[in-house]
Amino acid sequence: MIWDAFRPQSPQVHAIAGLFDGFLILAAVIFLIVAGLVGFSLVRYRARAGAADPRPTFGSRRIEIAWTAVPLLVVTVIFVFTVRTMAFVDAPREPGQPPDLVITGHQWWWEARYPNGAATANEIHIPVSRRLLARIESVDVIHDFWTPQLARKMDAVPGRPGYIWLEADAPGAFAGACAEFCGKQHAWMRFQVVAEPEAEFSAWLRHQAELPAEPTGAAAEGTRVFREQKCGDCHAVSAADVRAAKGPSLAHIATRNLLGGELPNTSVNLARWIASPQSIKPGNLMPDPNLTPAGVQALTAYLESLR
Amino acid sequence: MRGPRLWLSTVDHKQIGVMYMVTALFFFLVGGIEAMMMRAQLSLPNLTVLAPEIYNQVFTMHGTTMIFLVVMPVLIGFGVYLVPLMIGASEMAFPRLNALTFWLQVCGGFLLYVSFLAGGAPDAGWFSYAPLSEKPYSPHPGLDYWALGLLLLGFGTVLAAVNFIVTIAAQRAPGMTIRRLPLFAWMTLVNSVLILFALPALNAALVMLLSDRLLQAHFFDPAHGGSPVLWQHYFWIFGHPEVYIMVLPAFGMISEIIPVFSRKPIFGYGFVAASTVAIAFLSYGVWVHHMFAVALGRVFISVFAALSMLIAVPTGVKIFAWAATLVGGSIRFTTSMLFAVAFLLEFTIGGLSGVAFATVPIDWELTDTYFVVAHFHYVLFGGTAFALFAGAYYWFPKISGRLLNETMGRWNFWLVVIGFNLTFFVQHFLGLMGMPRRVYTYPNLPGWAPLNLISTFGAVILGFGSLVFICNILASLAFGARAGNDPWDAWTLEWAAASPPPPENFAQVPAVRSRRPLWDLKHPELPDWAAEGGD
Ligand code: HEC
Ligand SMILES: [Cu+2]
Repeated sequence: MIWDAFRPQSPQVHAIAGLFDGFLILAAVIFLIVAGLVGFSLVRYRARAGAADPRPTFGSRRIEIAWTAVPLLVVTVIFVFTVRTMAFVDAPREPGQPPDLVITGHQWWWEARYPNGAATANEIHIPVSRRLLARIESVDVIHDFWTPQLARKMDAVPGRPGYIWLEADAPGAFAGACAEFCGKQHAWMRFQVVAEPEAEFSAWLRHQAELPAEPTGAAAEGTRVFREQKCGDCHAVSAADVRAAKGPSLAHIATRNLLGGELPNTSVNLARWIASPQSIKPGNLMPDPNLTPAGVQALTAYLESLR
Repeated sequence: MRGPRLWLSTVDHKQIGVMYMVTALFFFLVGGIEAMMMRAQLSLPNLTVLAPEIYNQVFTMHGTTMIFLVVMPVLIGFGVYLVPLMIGASEMAFPRLNALTFWLQVCGGFLLYVSFLAGGAPDAGWFSYAPLSEKPYSPHPGLDYWALGLLLLGFGTVLAAVNFIVTIAAQRAPGMTIRRLPLFAWMTLVNSVLILFALPALNAALVMLLSDRLLQAHFFDPAHGGSPVLWQHYFWIFGHPEVYIMVLPAFGMISEIIPVFSRKPIFGYGFVAASTVAIAFLSYGVWVHHMFAVALGRVFISVFAALSMLIAVPTGVKIFAWAATLVGGSIRFTTSMLFAVAFLLEFTIGGLSGVAFATVPIDWELTDTYFVVAHFHYVLFGGTAFALFAGAYYWFPKISGRLLNETMGRWNFWLVVIGFNLTFFVQHFLGLMGMPRRVYTYPNLPGWAPLNLISTFGAVILGFGSLVFICNILASLAFGARAGNDPWDAWTLEWAAASPPPPENFAQVPAVRSRRPLWDLKHPELPDWAAEGGD
């Protein structure tokens, strides 16, 4: 586990893990030197019964200079590697290069928008082995976007965007979390980064920007409840709707893996969420709606039709 | 002299020192209970022992309490008690100011805790980042109590620093030159200078936060041209020196205790003293390493990374000096010494994991995870608290006239060492596995549940170990063996006073001709002032 710190899945985190391994070896050696010296002294110089105090000695300039100079050398070496790794992980972007996606922190969910209009929440798709430039923002308090296996942390500071490279070596779903304390539901401000082969990624991206199909049957009844309950005040249901969002976009929500950052997106869970988001994620900013079981069913059917 | 009214109105540095220590011990219990509540909630994934809003109040109060109501006051308390005795003075320079700073401390603690009754305790963490700490996101008054309470505490601490500086500058016994100061007094002096320049940044930031919250100023509000990053700069310009403020006096204690129980003078007094000054200077230039995850620019960050690494060098000098003091000694394993030795090892771990955070890319992965929680507990518990345990066993006889019980001391030591390492060592792994800090619960990812359970189990042992300490104090106060003036055959002036010392401290201060005046007295054939390097 230690030797696979961070379980890296991107060149950037590979570089960081390499640096960490080097650091760990150095730290272990230094600790063993100190512990060895202490341990040896405790055994070798424990007081014998009736022993008089040793003749005082006051130190040795030469030794003291040595143990100042050697650590100085060690940190200089660490510093050189630090700067090199920083330059690699935070490789400069082209002047004026626009971001490939914009990730925005909200209390307590993540919004991701792509230049073609696709918008998603808590689930960010990227192609395998091509790095995307992600711009990290916040609309309220400070959050921090962190996918341990893929990228460095970046604080999402309101009014002060940051940029990271987001990249994965292999397909997969990688867990991420908000890493800056941001209030009541900081713990569940979690998300996934889904990496997929280039063709699948571009198909996904195209599909997410498409308008939803006209709902039929139970789903059509759901649109009525949706309007009645004013769900649309906070949620968009199509990529064409680009108002500033109070809640996650529900466009193509049926294609997502997670609800509320953690719950698997199944019919049962979706119905549970719609009926009472507060009992699942207490304190989150979606109030419990006042719905009949039939209303929940209709809404579930509607949202499940948003594929 | 004794009586409750006289404790309330006392200006005697020893009584005030004891009152600081007793309040700190009380708040240590409170903060410890808060820690237990957190560990109960986190022992397994998805528990609902504490609701999220309660958990957030509890972790905020735990951090705030341990830093501002336990570590700071207990260190000031030891200083107030010991510094005059160590330098052969009869009082602090400003006795009434001394009393005022103590009572400010009490008022600050009261304000912080009364918030529970006034609509909820503060819940934005001990560094209360804006804009989360601003009115729109934290409308209840908890944060106002937090800011006001800390303002009182901060103000009191600055006054205490002034008092220490003047006392050490002006009240030293004849012969006690600056270069002969006991290292605890020296480090308290350096520390006070550190406080003098660091605390005002906090006080200023708190005033700005209060203006934002109560007067609709917009210092930290980006929507109106303010800057959340400004709060971070202010807070950490205070906050990083604060870390050293909480550890330098502990270094001072270790620098007194290890030599006495090794029966040797400290190895390289000059380097140990000078490295303290180096730490103090450098500590003002490292605050940005708390902000490496903010987009601040690579060159800017590199400078702070370099300084943060540099500060490891003078810290290392100290660790080597303490270890080298053991070499060639005649080591006595009192409980005090056991804690001092444990300090050496635990603090080394905390110091080394600190270098990880100066190594920027590692910080980008590990900051705000449980690795940080592990790191600073190795510094503040494995470091400062272990030194305080050592100091308590060492100076309790002077303060009370009785020795702490050594059998209970062993129990205290082993429970605390085992409990501490179980609690916090595993948190390094949790951080490496991606567990963020300050979460009220966590998903059941592979490995997280067992490690958290171990951590909670360790916390229970640590809790018992701390209770043994308190029992030991109570039992030894009543039944402890009489200590006499100088139970450890020590060398600094406080051991020439009676135990407990009378109000005027010394009938006559022994002559000071070296750093170890009592050694000179006991060994006229081999006085330090005649030996090479003795001065
Ligand atoms: C006041 C604004 C608001 C209203 C009204 C609202 N929601 Fe929400 N909704 C939110 C917020 C905020 C979240 C994100 C909660 C979180 O994860 O912290 C959310 C989350 C959701 C999610 C989960 C989305 C995901 O990707 O995790 C669904 C589904 C949902 N809402 C459906 C509805 C339905 C159906 C209605 C109408 C009955 C509705 N919402 C009304 C604010 C609102
Ligand atoms: Cu967040």
